[in-house]
Amino acid sequence: MCQVDEEYNGQLEHRVTPRVSKKCVKCKENTAVLIIRAGDAFCRGCFKEYFIHKFRAMLGKNRVIFPGEKVLLAVSGGPASSSMLSQVQEGLSRDAPKKLRFHPGIIYIDEGGASGQSMEERERAVAQLESVFRDTNYHYHIVHLEQVLSLPSSVLEAGSSATEKPQTGSSYKAAVDQFIQTKKNQHPDLSVENTQSHLSSLSMQEVQNGVTSPITPEHTQALQRLFASVRTLTAKEDLLHTLRQHLILHTARTQGYTKVMMGDSCSRLAIKLLSNISLGRGASLATDTGFSDPRYGDVVIVRPMRDYSSKEIAYYNRMFDIPSVFIPGLDTKAQDKASIQHLTESFVTKLQTDFPSTVSTIYRTSEKLHTACPPQNTNTQPSAKCLLCLCALDTKLEEFSAYQATLISEQLSQRRGPGTAAAPGLPPASSAGQGQCYSSGGGQRQGCITGEGGCCSSAKTAPVHRGIDSTRRRKRSTGMLAHVDSNASHSCLDVLWVVD
Amino acid sequence: MPVLCSSCAEKRAVLKRPKTAHSLCKECFFWAFEEEVHQTIVSAQLFKHGETVGIGASGGKDSTVLAHVMKVLNERYNYGLKLLLLSVDEGITGYRDDSLETVKRNQQQYELPLKIVSYEELYGWTMDAIVKQVGLKNNCTFCGVFRRQALDRGAMMLKVDKICTGHNADDVAETVLMNVLRGDIARLRRCTAISTASEGEGVVPRCKPLKYAYEKEIVLYAYFKKLDYFSTECIYSPNAYRGHARTFLKDLEAVRPSAIMDVIHSGENLSVREGVKMPVQGTCGRCGYISSQALCKSCVLLEGLNRGLPRLGIGKHHRLHEKILSQQPLTQVEERKLKAVNF
Repeated sequence: MCQVDEEYNGQLEHRVTPRVSKKCVKCKENTAVLIIRAGDAFCRGCFKEYFIHKFRAMLGKNRVIFPGEKVLLAVSGGPASSSMLSQVQEGLSRDAPKKLRFHPGIIYIDEGGASGQSMEERERAVAQLESVFRDTNYHYHIVHLEQVLSLPSSVLEAGSSATEKPQTGSSYKAAVDQFIQTKKNQHPDLSVENTQSHLSSLSMQEVQNGVTSPITPEHTQALQRLFASVRTLTAKEDLLHTLRQHLILHTARTQGYTKVMMGDSCSRLAIKLLSNISLGRGASLATDTGFSDPRYGDVVIVRPMRDYSSKEIAYYNRMFDIPSVFIPGLDTKAQDKASIQHLTESFVTKLQTDFPSTVSTIYRTSEKLHTACPPQNTNTQPSAKCLLCLCALDTKLEEFSAYQATLISEQLSQRRGPGTAAAPGLPPASSAGQGQCYSSGGGQRQGCITGEGGCCSSAKTAPVHRGIDSTRRRKRSTGMLAHVDSNASHSCLDVLWVVD
Repeated sequence: MPVLCSSCAEKRAVLKRPKTAHSLCKECFFWAFEEEVHQTIVSAQLFKHGETVGIGASGGKDSTVLAHVMKVLNERYNYGLKLLLLSVDEGITGYRDDSLETVKRNQQQYELPLKIVSYEELYGWTMDAIVKQVGLKNNCTFCGVFRRQALDRGAMMLKVDKICTGHNADDVAETVLMNVLRGDIARLRRCTAISTASEGEGVVPRCKPLKYAYEKEIVLYAYFKKLDYFSTECIYSPNAYRGHARTFLKDLEAVRPSAIMDVIHSGENLSVREGVKMPVQGTCGRCGYISSQALCKSCVLLEGLNRGLPRLGIGKHHRLHEKILSQQPLTQVEERKLKAVNF
């Protein structure tokens, strides 16, 4: 083995490394210009085809978009949503073989008030985006985050879906027919509206919210006070996400859109999945990261970009000049450990370099999770929903669970009341100071946590701002709010959003 | 101005509880910690009166604290359990031999009977010999699989009804994260269960009374009670995949201390879609242990080690199981693939 003129040529295996000078693996004719995943080298034309095909296949496989429907595209200006916008344009253009058939609108939410940008920066970003939107010739809405302070409480309720949920086994065609039927009954002159909406850009600006309710500095200050009252960055990002969802939902409902498309890419969804697990939102993982999100009932959120890694999107945007605008957010230039979401992002990105299949494995895991949503208006008892995110509540106190263990720890670490330690999880309701009170209404036992002092039935404003972590409070007050009847929910909401 | 304990408000606080950030004095902390373990045991109905319980003892902080707390609670609340210590010797020099000395000291301190089972006598291989053959990357698989069977065999020799292990909240949270990262949906469903299912012969049910106790609190408890434990980590652990999940979890805890319980809460509330393929429990063709394949994992791993094919148990080789069972020789291509070792 160690001799001088030993020949090794025949025995050693050659490790095959993918190189860009190879041929494209698809058409095998042109030279490859980029490498996706582990070793797939594509030429320019084949890559474009592959990219476009994935989008159409994603929409075609999960058939939730009906032809003629109004679909709202949520564009944040970032690469993924700009790419989604260009894919929709591509799909709706006349020369595509099987045209997509729906009516798109665009929404952009200006979050500069929350992330502390000045008015000039915000206007500049909005102007850049408006020029992009105008090129598409679609209806667009620019909504400022300050508008969330004047939303009606109907955003907290799930509407009933416009079409009946089709039975399993009935075909897509039947569902489409049903949809067209309902549409005709509701809006007999919809076709007229549609042709008008595709006219020149002047008519589009009439529904721009900036004109109907201008943003005053007081609004911005109120919004900033709201965000300043939340102490951790994790909770701020969570709050921003919830407010954004509510604004999109409200716009969709008032402008008559039945579907919303979000531009979450595969990498972004993997990060979201992990950070939701870390935040304790395991029960709603499937709705938060699945393809379709039916929790609002009448408006369904779909995520057609969920199969694209951020690398593919970046390559496509660069090669085919897709315009995108960078807008700094809450966690731009923040440290790694500033918030849970930011920490998860850096963790997944670092792990991906060592183990290239990390993101796709997490994506596959999310696909296997439960996606069924309980039907809205059947005769079975609907499960209680969280007031803020409209997902099923997971605060039911079972015999033993992590939730109950946390409550017991809280209890044991604080001032022991008169008498011996109580039975697990059921202290007498009359004990002063902290205690849990069980609602007896509705036949469903849900625990409600009060924080230090004050029971929810007296609707004091104090509990919300004292004590431990703000989102822990919010998560618990979620349980608290959800079992209060609808008359009181509005005041509880005010409690949550007290600004002073 | 001295901070008073938030529970009794009489004595000065000596520590800040990592789980809830309350300041507590020593006695109140001990009481709170022991009470929580007691509530976990009672509400999950882990033990029945008169059972024999084997405590998996490695000499580390978790199992030392577990042994101590079990003994204290057994006397205080009259569980009526017969406790004994069960230890596994993997044959890792510089780590396991030292920790076994600690276990022997624990046996004298807590006056509990002790039984040690070793890989050498059960399988004929020590971990050091395995690492020499397998390399540094996949050896944790061997150790974990062999240890599970070793614990069961030891339990059967001692005729115990249940085994309890010192897995703490950090361990369970890491397992949830690791299973998500690896896409192991079957384990994801089962890993947050506080006790394993108990059907089947040759299987002793096992439970985790410390499931909701933070690792930091266990360390604090052991420190303040001046318990005797061994605190070095396994010499092969830096290369394990679990290290990534652990670093992430520690960072999460630094951002928000309740994140550990939140991860466990998420894991408990995960629901899997119907129609996803799940493994079915059967028995191994060779040794009769429970298994979801034709051969149980430890038989496959052992076969690989004995034949000089260390990669036989790593990765998916279901088709080769029948071949191994019937003692057929493997083809040259298969042999070459299974031999390759990356250090």
